[in-house]
Amino acid sequence: MNIVVLVKLVPDTYSERKLSDTDHTLDRDSADAVLDEINERAVEEALQLKEAHGGEVTALCVGPDRAVDAVRKALQMGADKAVHVSDAALHGSDVITTAKVLAKAVGTIDGVDLVIAGNEASDGRAGAVPAILAELLGLPQLTHANKVTVEGDTITVERATDDGVLHLQATLPALVSVSEKINEPRYPSFKGIMAAKKKPITTLTVADLGLDPAGVGLSGAWTAVLEAAPKPPRTAGERVEDNGDGGTKIAEYLVGQKLI
Amino acid sequence: MRGFQLDEEYEALRKTVEEFAHAEVAPVIGDFYEREEFPYDIVAKMGRMGLFGLPVPEEYGGMGGDYFALCLALEELAKVDSSVAITLEASVSLAAMPLYRFGTEEQRRHWLPALCRGELLGAFGLTEPGGGSDAGALRTTARLEDGHWVINGSKSFITNSGTDITGFVTVAAITGEQPDGRKEISTIIVPAGTPGFSVSKKYSKVGWNASDTHELSFVDCRVPEANLLGERGRGYAQFLQTLDEGRIAIAAIGVGLAQGCVDECVRYVGEREAFGHRIGEYQAIQFKIADMETRAHTARLAYYHAAAGMLRGEPFKKEAAIAKLVSSEAAMDNARQATQIFGGYGFMNEFPVGRFYRDAKILEIGEGTSEVQRMLIARELGL
Ligand SMILES: Cc1cc2nc3c(=O)[nH]c(=O)nc-3n(C[C@H](O)[C@H](O)[C@H](O)COP(=O)(O)OP(=O)(O)OC[C@H]3O[C@@H](n4cnc5c(N)ncnc54)[C@H](O)[C@@H]3O)c2cc1C
Repeated sequence: MNIVVLVKLVPDTYSERKLSDTDHTLDRDSADAVLDEINERAVEEALQLKEAHGGEVTALCVGPDRAVDAVRKALQMGADKAVHVSDAALHGSDVITTAKVLAKAVGTIDGVDLVIAGNEASDGRAGAVPAILAELLGLPQLTHANKVTVEGDTITVERATDDGVLHLQATLPALVSVSEKINEPRYPSFKGIMAAKKKPITTLTVADLGLDPAGVGLSGAWTAVLEAAPKPPRTAGERVEDNGDGGTKIAEYLVGQKLI
Repeated sequence: MRGFQLDEEYEALRKTVEEFAHAEVAPVIGDFYEREEFPYDIVAKMGRMGLFGLPVPEEYGGMGGDYFALCLALEELAKVDSSVAITLEASVSLAAMPLYRFGTEEQRRHWLPALCRGELLGAFGLTEPGGGSDAGALRTTARLEDGHWVINGSKSFITNSGTDITGFVTVAAITGEQPDGRKEISTIIVPAGTPGFSVSKKYSKVGWNASDTHELSFVDCRVPEANLLGERGRGYAQFLQTLDEGRIAIAAIGVGLAQGCVDECVRYVGEREAFGHRIGEYQAIQFKIADMETRAHTARLAYYHAAAGMLRGEPFKKEAAIAKLVSSEAAMDNARQATQIFGGYGFMNEFPVGRFYRDAKILEIGEGTSEVQRMLIARELGL
């Protein structure tokens, strides 16, 4: 089974994250960048499926040059090869243009049976790319999967909601997006780290994919980010002295907050 | 390793273990430590990521790395916790490596894959109740009888010897007398659970409280003759070599602890206030931390240097002894200062520096005391 897994470099959630002053795109220099954790889970799922069914795992990344770090981590974990689309023209792409580029890039990989993505990235959190990509590729989409099983050319996933568990099924080829609960990603071993050095990474530009540079990036985006303000810091709590009426006071507070 | 700049793959390994230590060890190890409980889950995870096989060739289930890779992993773990670091060190450096180096093909194939996966732990029994520094003075005996070694004696303070996943202990024992009248010492592999081999209740220790340490006794304990590790009568030479390498590994743990103290302090002094200022603004505090960083850094250079010499196949006995001496002293000094900087919180077990304080002292004792290191260095100088 040949699997393409989408990987993305995101600013580490532990470092300071901000947007650039000029065009409100991510200020990539201000934060440490890491492979998005949800993508680590996507890679893990791809590797587990490969270990069970054979085949090959290709990591696919659209992102600036330094996103090669995310690609490399996927290779260190065990992906077999990678495709990295890097082009200055891509700067400022929105979900639709990103999905268009991804769709073209998936097209450069032979015999794809399954595309696996994270359900939403930890930076933009639009959570729309997997669905748009599935649409563009004409693949059935099984999103927010907590569990994936493949038998023959049938793929089944479980999606947990507040009300219960949905069981979804489709015929391969298909696209799956995974949730945070799907698995515990492995740490790369030293053997994996050494092996990754020899694995092929194909670097492509927008032109290589036959796309018009004007149709991607900021100029091709249908939406623009105007602002991102950090959450206000948490304020100190309110202290309630209990003089026999503590319960009432807490209830009044909660009513005031419209919590009860 | 070229110069002191880490090659790409070593840096990737270091970063991976750093991430692992922060994500998987730091949040839970304090509880294990307080309960004096062995962290099986963490060890299993370390096994899955291949840490127990770092310096072992791939054909025996290892990662095909080298001893320096092991040291980097030990340093990163020890920045967060020393109990898991010593568990790894003892199993790889004191058990798996001698087995790989001196063992028969059959012994390697039998033990190494499970050791490399961290599914079994190995232990090395040298120290005895009567003394550790003078290792040649051991009293445990093994006599050959009907194709079996019959072992009698006891061992003290043996790391990894009594866990649920302990595979074997290699026991240093007197197996006869040499032609010149000196004792003939050999090393014998004793699988866990062998009748006559008993593990006593674990010690109550000052530090390394989430690691496993026991006294062992052997009463007519019989193992097959084939369990001899390496040549008969070569035991002493073998464990001297094992300990020379082990000193570099202990040095890496010392550097990790010393650096962990710096990292904790840098964070804390930026938050804690006294007399209207963050305490990090006081030069008296800054100088303490500057000294701590200096000690950690110089000790790191010492162990990198010793490891580089060892990997190039050059003599490294003196360099290893120096590395162990400076790094264990750096660990001890830094732990003392870090605790001071944390004030009362430094005396609380729930803060890492409290653990660092308790874990530092053993580094000046285990795998050769600081006096023994000085003896080795002096001897190398022809004194
Ligand atoms: C937690 C823990 C784990 C351990 N794990 C293991 C293990 O896995 N395997 C193992 O075999 N051992 C292990 N040990 C034992 C350790 O290696 C010994 O404790 C150490 O080598 C010192 O030996 P000793 O305790 O017998 O001290 P001694 O040898 O009795 O020394 C006592 C003191 O005398 C000093 N001294 C001795 N000779 C001289 C001299 N000639 N000149 C000056 N000073 C001298 C020493 O430096 C020391 O200060 C462990 C110990 C501990 C505490």
